[in-house]
Amino acid sequence: MNSGPALVSILRQGDTLVASIHTALDDSEMIRFQNDLIEQIGQHRARGVIIDVAALDVLDSFGSRTLRTISEMARLRGAVTVIVGIQPDVAYAMVRLGMGMGTVATALDLEEGLAYLSTLRATRSLGRGGTARG
Amino acid sequence: MKEDVMEDSSRSEGTQTGEHLLPQLVAHLREHREKLRDEWVSRIRDAHLLEAMTPQEMSAETTSVYDNYVEVLETGSVEALQHYARDLSERIIPRGVETHEVVGIVLLLRDVLARSLFEKYQRDFALLNHILDAYEPAANRIANTVAVSFVDERERVIRQQQDAIRELSTPVLPVRERLLILPIIGVLDSERARQLTEQLLSGIRTHRAKVVVIDITGAPDVDETVANHLVQTVDASRLMGASVIITGLSPTIAQTLVTIGVDLSKMNTIGDLQGGLEEAERLLGYRVTRTEVPEDS
Repeated sequence: MNSGPALVSILRQGDTLVASIHTALDDSEMIRFQNDLIEQIGQHRARGVIIDVAALDVLDSFGSRTLRTISEMARLRGAVTVIVGIQPDVAYAMVRLGMGMGTVATALDLEEGLAYLSTLRATRSLGRGGTARG
Repeated sequence: MKEDVMEDSSRSEGTQTGEHLLPQLVAHLREHREKLRDEWVSRIRDAHLLEAMTPQEMSAETTSVYDNYVEVLETGSVEALQHYARDLSERIIPRGVETHEVVGIVLLLRDVLARSLFEKYQRDFALLNHILDAYEPAANRIANTVAVSFVDERERVIRQQQDAIRELSTPVLPVRERLLILPIIGVLDSERARQLTEQLLSGIRTHRAKVVVIDITGAPDVDETVANHLVQTVDASRLMGASVIITGLSPTIAQTLVTIGVDLSKMNTIGDLQGGLEEAERLLGYRVTRTEVPEDS
């Protein structure tokens, strides 16, 4: 997966990928994370992606933009993305700086994220909607 | 200045100076204390000042004000009076006594005493001039001191109340599992909006809330800044996975918001708190039903 120390772990849980970011990533690490994750969505035929940012106490504009990009790319590859674990301070700083998450789904923590995805799955909307599966 | 005046009128009555006249003046005021105080009280009553006070209080307060007044004339030191005026203000401000009343009664006392001086010294105009030279600056200083003390005290009370309002924690109340209510009471400025958002966000994490109802019935006015704070709060809550319902937008506030063009399209708003709670329960999948027979209490 990643070369070097594990800054991010990407685990498969059924048809969901759980990516936990363990530490603040710089821009190139963020890009590598993006490429790895999008790659693995195809490999594992994932329908849902959860990105856990609970360990981050800061999220810069590049980081939040990359998360939005990942979400959009994942959608094109047939998976719904949920960002989970945004800390209160991070959330407030993000809205103050005008870097929202756009239309990306967010949830309180991993558990909530999984619950959200299973709700989607129950209503059969997961992975639908003209997405191109790779 | 005093020297000039004395030279002017030195031809009349010997060498009496202001310092010599003051004891005479004070003695006069002490001697006619009761009469002058009653005269003062009746003029206060005629002017409809201090109507918040009972006659007993009025009598007690006017006596001490009178004594303090004469003492300041005698000693020239306003410190004791300052202290007394602050103390008096502390007592009467909560009763709704206004600045004009306090200034008014002190000016009335000044006039009453001045008239009694006119009366006493009317035969000797030069001496009267001397007396007034001694009396007027002291009297004006007293009026000044009392007014300033009163205003200071009032400002202190206002500051205290502002601090109290600011420190009033905005409660984040869990009403059901995963449902929080945040009632906003009072003026929302930037500082308070920041505190409020932080409290709400940590409340969302602590209570694992999915829905938050923000009730702004108690917010007197919503301007653009406040509205933008609300939008930020809603966005930040959403980032933490909670959806926000805003309730209690009055017709006036709704009109203001539309007129100033704040984009509230992303906000879920419902008329009143009751409706907001019902919507929140619906979002959370609660169904509240009423038992047919109310249980005995």
